[in-house]
Amino acid sequence: MGTAANKAAGAAKNTNQGFVYLPLIAGWLVPGAGHFLLRKWGRGTLLAVSIIALYVLGLAMDGKLYSSAQDILALLGLAGDLGNGLLYFVGRMMGLGGDPVQFTVADYGTKFIEFAGLLNVIAAIDAHNLRTGRKQS
Amino acid sequence: MIRPSHFTALLLVAIFASTVFGITMRDTPRRMLRYGLYCFTLFVGSAIVLSWVMYFIAR
Repeated sequence: MGTAANKAAGAAKNTNQGFVYLPLIAGWLVPGAGHFLLRKWGRGTLLAVSIIALYVLGLAMDGKLYSSAQDILALLGLAGDLGNGLLYFVGRMMGLGGDPVQFTVADYGTKFIEFAGLLNVIAAIDAHNLRTGRKQS
Repeated sequence: MIRPSHFTALLLVAIFASTVFGITMRDTPRRMLRYGLYCFTLFVGSAIVLSWVMYFIAR
């Protein structure tokens, strides 16, 4: 009994060490990285595959990466794109997603990219909740 | 450059979004799986129902 309690206390102490926002920031920058830091390998892999696949499919469908906010809709699109973290900046540096949307599938692709960014934010917040103990497991 | 059909695009979004929703919104693997399947069904089912509604409105 005492040993189990000590182990639980030790585990709680280990999870409370370090920078508390690290999983949140890592999860935003690289999809799934927040969960990897918390040793949730399976969940992290599934999240990374899902988010990266949506992002890559969006680009493959000639989706647009927003680079500036001329109006409120473009601002919202930019906010969604920025949720992809490093994926967004790498895509911009490689010159991807720069063409204007000219057909329906490209518009779907744009939404895929924005959706991937929003899902990545949800995943990063989930990693933060696991780190702080707000979510138990 | 890929050009999936509208329904294929819907299935892709539903699969990946349901995966993320299931993992982030529930605590245990079993509940994650169930919630993911629930979300997937709602994504695809609501799209099919709304498509038929729009079909009859357009006629």
